[in-house]
Amino acid sequence: MSNLELRGEGLHLWRGDRHVLRGVSLELRGGEILQLTGSNGAGKTTLLRVLCGLVHPEDGHVFWRGENVRKDLHAYHGQLAYVGHEPPLKADLTPRENLRYWVGVRRPLNAADIDKALDDVGADEWRNRAVRTLSAGQRRRVALAGLALLAVPLWLLDEPTTNLDTAGQELVNRMLEAHVARGGLAVAAVHHELGVTGVTVRPLVLVA
Amino acid sequence: MKPAAALVPGPPATPSLEAARLVLARDLRLAFRRPGEIVQPLLFFAIVATLFPLAITPEKSQLRMVAPGVVWVAALLASLLALEFLYRDDAHDGALEQYALSGQSLTWLLFAKTAAHWLLTGAPLAIMGPLAALALGAPIASIPGVLASVALGSIALSLIGSIGASLTLGVRRSGVLLSVLTLPLAIPVLIFGARATQLAIEGTDYTAALQLLGAMAVLGVTLAPLAAAAAVRISLE
Repeated sequence: MSNLELRGEGLHLWRGDRHVLRGVSLELRGGEILQLTGSNGAGKTTLLRVLCGLVHPEDGHVFWRGENVRKDLHAYHGQLAYVGHEPPLKADLTPRENLRYWVGVRRPLNAADIDKALDDVGADEWRNRAVRTLSAGQRRRVALAGLALLAVPLWLLDEPTTNLDTAGQELVNRMLEAHVARGGLAVAAVHHELGVTGVTVRPLVLVA
Repeated sequence: MKPAAALVPGPPATPSLEAARLVLARDLRLAFRRPGEIVQPLLFFAIVATLFPLAITPEKSQLRMVAPGVVWVAALLASLLALEFLYRDDAHDGALEQYALSGQSLTWLLFAKTAAHWLLTGAPLAIMGPLAALALGAPIASIPGVLASVALGSIALSLIGSIGASLTLGVRRSGVLLSVLTLPLAIPVLIFGARATQLAIEGTDYTAALQLLGAMAVLGVTLAPLAAAAAVRISLE
């Protein structure tokens, strides 16, 4: 029985005098996806940042594997990957260099690992071009390669399919399916329903 | 469903020394991809140092008297100029966020970033400092003293500056605020740096002033990354 479990209890957050998160609670186990929807400004990104421990909620707690994440943030961060709506890439470096530094800071990896991950997201010769010359969709694919390389159980994704063509969106769905089939968890903030099949998808709708 | 062995506990974490090496290597590589940013402060230093003889007097004996002040004020302003680039790009493209979520110590990674910053600005300044002093009439024998004082002083300046740079991350057009925040803290470095340089040019014993500069550099190494990491975390909220 997997003890991987992410729980949020009564999360409240104000931004200035705006009450962004009003008592959000959620629960997610290994092998499940939480699909986070809501109109623009409903607090999807904010909730993701609270869940990954970047933002402290004014009230409520986040629990990972039954422990309050505040207890040991470093250990918690070692088990999660957060990809925001802008892929965290350096414009002056190539995709390969970007992955070597971004992922390499967290786990040891060699050039073959990086090339394989880039193969998997359909990168061809553009893997050796500066990221500034790539399209938004190609950058998104590089971020997906990084996500796979991190090999952590908890994924927190903000609009993972933005800027991707149909094949790219299929790729995201396949990656999510493979991730949860391995027992992983994913929270994805999306505008369109995810096209994953054979997976427990829990919906969570935020209202502005 | 059985948990896959691969996911928990996951791959081993990168050792912290290797993580710091990667951060340092990344920043150096980025700087060489865009050399304009590192050349700017150095060029500024050279220009300021050459303007003084034109404005004051070409008389060597008088220039030698003002040389320590000229070298140090120019070095301080040049290092302030370079500070803006320290965290700005990384904050913009989400790299700082990824560092904060890496499971590595943010303090340690920011220390590596500051070390890269010093290698790119402080170290070249330490080489240019004695050259500027020579041009202003300092004797050849003063080179080691001037070099050591600018090198130690610029370590302290980079570290003090990293606090200011992290505190102004959330501010647009942070240049002036950054200077206002950083300059008061940098004044002790300026005083003892100029003093060490002056003593070196006069050919007397400058070790006491150099030791004080060294103490300030050590204090910076111990405390500045902690403060910078705390400020970066707040800016990410």
